[in-house]
Amino acid sequence: MLPSLGYGILVITLLVTLYSVGIAIYGESQKDAAMIESGRRAMLLTLPLITLASAILIYLLINDRYDVEYVWSVTNRSMPMYLKITAWWGGQPGSLLFWSWLLSMFTSAVTLRKWDRDRDLLPWVLVVTGITLAFFISLNVFFENPFKLIPAGVDIPLDGRGLNPLLRHPGMIIHPPAQYLGFVAFTIPFAFAIAALITGRTDDRWLKITRRWTLWAWLFLSLGLVLGMRWAYDVLGWGGYWGWDPVEIAALMPWLTGTAFLHSVMIQEKRGMLKHWNMILIILTFDLIIFGTFLTRSGVLSSVHAFAESEIGPLFFAFIGFIFVFSFSLLIKRWADLKSETEMKSMLSKEALFLLNNLLFLSLLVISFWGVIFPLLSELFTGSKVTVGPPFYERATGPIWGALILLMGVAPLSAWGHSTVKTLGRSLWKPAIASLIAPIWALAVGITSWVAIGGFTLIALVIAVTIREFWRGARARSRRSGESFFTELWKLMKRDRRRYGGYIVHISMVLIGIGILGIELFQTDTQQHISTGETIELAGYSLEYDRLDQFRHEDGRLITRAELNLSKDGEFIEVLTPRFDLYPDGQPMTIPGVRSTLVDDVYVILVNWEGITAESTPFKLYHNPLVKWVWIGGYVFILGIVVAAWVDDDEEDADKKPHRTRRKRATVQ
Amino acid sequence: MKKINILILLIIVISLFSVGTVAAQGGTDDISDDEVNAIAKQLFCPVCENTPLDVCETQACKQWRELIRLKLSEGWTEPEIKQYFVDNYGARVLSEPPAEGFSLLVYFVPPAIILVGIVVLFRAFKQWKDDDDEINALEAEASSTSTGEATNPDEDYLARFEEEMRKQD
Repeated sequence: MLPSLGYGILVITLLVTLYSVGIAIYGESQKDAAMIESGRRAMLLTLPLITLASAILIYLLINDRYDVEYVWSVTNRSMPMYLKITAWWGGQPGSLLFWSWLLSMFTSAVTLRKWDRDRDLLPWVLVVTGITLAFFISLNVFFENPFKLIPAGVDIPLDGRGLNPLLRHPGMIIHPPAQYLGFVAFTIPFAFAIAALITGRTDDRWLKITRRWTLWAWLFLSLGLVLGMRWAYDVLGWGGYWGWDPVEIAALMPWLTGTAFLHSVMIQEKRGMLKHWNMILIILTFDLIIFGTFLTRSGVLSSVHAFAESEIGPLFFAFIGFIFVFSFSLLIKRWADLKSETEMKSMLSKEALFLLNNLLFLSLLVISFWGVIFPLLSELFTGSKVTVGPPFYERATGPIWGALILLMGVAPLSAWGHSTVKTLGRSLWKPAIASLIAPIWALAVGITSWVAIGGFTLIALVIAVTIREFWRGARARSRRSGESFFTELWKLMKRDRRRYGGYIVHISMVLIGIGILGIELFQTDTQQHISTGETIELAGYSLEYDRLDQFRHEDGRLITRAELNLSKDGEFIEVLTPRFDLYPDGQPMTIPGVRSTLVDDVYVILVNWEGITAESTPFKLYHNPLVKWVWIGGYVFILGIVVAAWVDDDEEDADKKPHRTRRKRATVQ
Repeated sequence: MKKINILILLIIVISLFSVGTVAAQGGTDDISDDEVNAIAKQLFCPVCENTPLDVCETQACKQWRELIRLKLSEGWTEPEIKQYFVDNYGARVLSEPPAEGFSLLVYFVPPAIILVGIVVLFRAFKQWKDDDDEINALEAEASSTSTGEATNPDEDYLARFEEEMRKQD
């Protein structure tokens, strides 16, 4: 009964969504405000409907209803409650439903805002979000029904198959929601952009409305990436965090254009320029998001054949094609209307450097996209498969990341409208001198890799420049006002949240850069078979193999666990306990033993497929310098975005009172 | 002892020694896991998706790693072993496509597109700068006909701007 109810609700939701789209279009053509209002309410209705359908699914999941195929495929009796709930997005059908639920939630939030000043945009925002929502619900309704029952006549299984153990890590619990939040949230700026194009509005109202949406969407997209890296590091057992896997790249690509967009819109807001380009960027970002969802959900990149066999593959492809063609046709139609309001004067101005930022991010996109589809093209055109792996991406993107770090150090010092080599040089020389600490330290510590020395120097430059910006601003204000430095620092951040939040985000990026440089350039590892009592050594550390235990956990797992004593220079540090878990359904999981400090990680795993006995236990030991900075950078990043996106009382008032004259900001910043 | 017996005994003893020597040469125990992984790391599993050979957990991969170990013990070099895998399983075992034939495109297309992007960007810059210079020239003309002096407003602004920035520091 319940599964049928769930399915029925999905069908109704689809109809309601289609109604909303239809009535909005018709109402707009008839200039009938009542019809458009009806469309708005219909869109609002989708939220309780999908929430109900999702609640039913969750109920089925936690009640072990194995008569429902999806429940069987992603849960089993031994899973704890919280994992059964998160199994909602553990498989294809549930994951698509989750996407729809998030989109419905965001769309409802948008439809609930005050539309007084933007009445003309409303119907088109409804149409764009509605069509997207209808697409995803259709996938559930027609192809991947989460409420589908097991075939008639088959006995209800006594137990489910269970979630892949790899997915039972806390990181994997937050990672898909974070990633999806980022993906779905970008639908809103896209919808407003299309609405602006359709209505022929050439101002940047749509940008102002969606500024916060863009920030939060970008936050979650970035978080999704960092969480994915953390998950890979913690449970995949290859001592790494990023493998340039197609699915990883699928999540990276919209982030690249999203970051370019985030910066580029500031140019449009401040100088009224680049209207075409911002449209292109948001259209690309949305297309890449659907493409990313598609890549992650279908098996298209493993082979052309998987694509043809997967039912929803061609549908996604068609949807992406439709969005692409429709959006760009619209843009071409409005091309002439989107004229710039001012011209760019100086090649070192902030606008110019932001454009350079865009060029670099889009270069990264070109490399990633081409690398990810090339195996497919190769198979299509030559019949033979090739692998485009890490060496390709690292070599191609390395210098570009470096240029981006350099840019983060220089651009904050540049002014809107004008900058000269003199003014930039004047602001730059002190931080540049300060940043020389980095190469001096590196050489003193014995680092000879010029990539590392260069990278650390650039990172030091960014930190020096950014800290100086905070310091200069707070000091100038405190001199003028007489208040303490720290009070003025606080006020400074409140006054210009976006700038200073952005600076904090830049710092977080280079902290992540420190971690990446450390592990990429200086990781060492060794694999050895040893028996109890013996020791493995690496990078000055000693691991003494103490004991091996095997026991059965109450949830049915067979756990093989080793204990090793970690020491350095003869001094005992701690006991590491790498594990190998064998789940009742035969699925294995390797858990590393890790000791993590700011300087380095010692990371050891049981190499389970080599056969484990106490006489000859295979261990793989990694030494990962500085990798902890990647996670620290992640936390600082969240702080930065929160600062940048915090809703200001002043700003809210300014929005409400359009007559209030804003203080004119000097173009010289 | 008959001579023939001594001869047979000698043959047996020598054979025993030879066996010992041969075993030592073919011994894979000398080859460490790290040496195997150094090569396996650069190869991808021929049948799995995007999985490097040193971390792949399947039985097939385990056998391939042992194959590398055997070849190393027989004195094969790294390029030879990699070529062996390519010959037997195709180019997909390499971590990036060989720079030949269709695969040349993977190396040439991105730089080409990026170059186009750079050209577009700089032409846009130049266009903006030219428009700006044109406007300045027109303004200068307009003001010179009215005041009789040729001034470049931009130069003045620039000078004042730099002065201001200097004061701010």
